[in-house]
Amino acid sequence: MSAAAAVPSDNILELENVQTFYGSIEALKGISIEVKHGEVVTLIGANGAGKSTTLRSINGLNHPRRGRIRFQGRDITHASPHDIVERGIAQSPEGRRLFPRMTVLENLIMGTFQRKDRNNKKAVNEDLDRVYSLFPRLSERKQQKAGTLSGGEQQMVAIGRALMAHPKLLLLDEPSMGLAPIFVDRIFEIIREINSQGTPILLVEQNALMALDVASRGYVLETGRVALADDAKKLKENEDVKKTYLGVAD
Amino acid sequence: MATEASRQPVSWFRGFYAAGVVPWVGRGLVVLLFVWLGVNLSKTPGDFGILLVEGVTLGLVYGLVALGYSLVYGILELINFAHGDVFMLGSWMSLYIGVQKLGLDASSSGFKVVWGLALTLVCAMAFCGLLNASIERVAYRPLRNAPRLAPLITAIGMSFILQDVGLKQLGSAPVSLPNILPTGTVFTIGGNKYGWDHLIVGLSALPVLALLVWLVQRTRQGRGMRATAQDQEAAAMMGINVNGTIWFTFMIAGALAGVAGLLYALYSTNIAYDQGFTLGLIAFTSAVLGGIGNLPGAVLGAILIGLIQQFNEGLSWHAPGSDWTQSIVFAILILILVFRPEGLLGERTPEGG
Ligand SMILES: Nc1ncnc2c1ncn2[C@@H]1O[C@H](COP(=O)(O)OP(=O)(O)OP(=O)(O)O)[C@@H](O)[C@H]1O
Ligand SMILES: [Mg+2]
Repeated sequence: MSAAAAVPSDNILELENVQTFYGSIEALKGISIEVKHGEVVTLIGANGAGKSTTLRSINGLNHPRRGRIRFQGRDITHASPHDIVERGIAQSPEGRRLFPRMTVLENLIMGTFQRKDRNNKKAVNEDLDRVYSLFPRLSERKQQKAGTLSGGEQQMVAIGRALMAHPKLLLLDEPSMGLAPIFVDRIFEIIREINSQGTPILLVEQNALMALDVASRGYVLETGRVALADDAKKLKENEDVKKTYLGVAD
Repeated sequence: MATEASRQPVSWFRGFYAAGVVPWVGRGLVVLLFVWLGVNLSKTPGDFGILLVEGVTLGLVYGLVALGYSLVYGILELINFAHGDVFMLGSWMSLYIGVQKLGLDASSSGFKVVWGLALTLVCAMAFCGLLNASIERVAYRPLRNAPRLAPLITAIGMSFILQDVGLKQLGSAPVSLPNILPTGTVFTIGGNKYGWDHLIVGLSALPVLALLVWLVQRTRQGRGMRATAQDQEAAAMMGINVNGTIWFTFMIAGALAGVAGLLYALYSTNIAYDQGFTLGLIAFTSAVLGGIGNLPGAVLGAILIGLIQQFNEGLSWHAPGSDWTQSIVFAILILILVFRPEGLLGERTPEGG
């Protein structure tokens, strides 16, 4: 894991000993993570462990002070956020971050901002239809201002907006947050569906049980460090993980 | 103890507010304004009519400046105090290119006036656009993450610097321009003439406004601007170059000030190094009146302020007169901030606009 991978690998994303700071606070104390082509990887950990910071390091909003991030073999450690989006990383961020004064439709269209074929009405409409079929609720709310949607509906728009970008890698930060249990199940179905169409996903989740179900591998973060890294199945059987994150006591 | 005592008036005020007294005072003032206008209309309908037309004309020029305040505020929540001075330098640039370099004057042929003014317009827009964008780059961007007060101070500093540049170029006395536009009469209302020069100035503002609406509402750049104004980080996550978009917004705001600088020079045929301060105050008040950050609001506010100014300076029954224009504009600013901080068209936000 620590060996420098200079040759083209089957990793689409690699973080190598990444250290990220907020001012003088060291939020990530050197973490290494990989995402392979086509897989779902999950990051779990307690509040404040550094999950969101990891995603913000990847998407360029908080550049790491030390360490390296490679996407498709290219160094993106210090690339600007818009450049990183252009290279194919899209995300549904923590707190959803919709454009509140734009309609649902306008928000979804914003997702296509950097696409080369953004002016191709047909391609964009096909993608819209795909989002509406994943979230039928949104097709009823097309013209509603995003700021007036319920929390769950906003979450759907945030995911839909990320899909509209045609990402090569999708980052999801707590997509099930604030959703009713049936919608949580639905979100995880959708994650599977998106992934089955070939998009690799890095998934941050509080709902560790479901996250480990959908992921092939997982990382457990503890105060800015990777405490455990393993196959999702093995993590689910791990006693520490069971106790701390799955709420199983036996 | 002391704090207890000083809190007293506030809770008194709160009490009035809760009882609905304050909004009624606001409504009362608006009613008085209409009564005053009504009496003047019935006494001197001719004056009233021409002032109405002149007010709208002037208001459209103010609107171009007001939009610059609103555009920048919308995207950065920053009052660009240097904006009025960028406008002033737009007038200076128009004088420099149009009169001093191209030699436009009252005797120029129609053909020369048209291409000469077109060239002057392009120069003024480019100059003011680049100037405003450079101000953003050197004075505001480095302070993007500093406390709110810091960019406000540099904004005021930039304003002084530009004013000094204007003083150096124009001197301390107002400079008059020749009548480049035809001064013939378009129509008269009750014996008052409305000239072609004013009509041309007013009409010239309209396509500029239309172009701006198109830019903001219909183009990719405009979508980037709107997204950046609503959430900079989210905009970055959509692949928008946030710094580039902010720079572009200052560029557009500056270009509008350039158009206004030329139109104002043609309208008043008199420019001065401190016009950026007076007109900046008027335009800023217009933007706040319409709802700062709201673009149609800025134009509406500017037309209303243009009308108020014309009525104040031209009506005969109990009008305070031009000596009081600045005080009135400031009073309006304060009244809006008290009674309707979100402005006429602004949205009511939890923070109060
Ligand atoms: N803007 C900030 N300024 C200072 N410290 C921050 C900032 N954002 C996050 N932190 C700190 O960085 C650490 C990691 O935060 P992060 O948001 O990555 O946690 P998280 O794992 O996503 O938590 P949660 O499950 O609550 O979302 C925390 O200790 C947090 O307090
Ligand atoms: Mg988080």
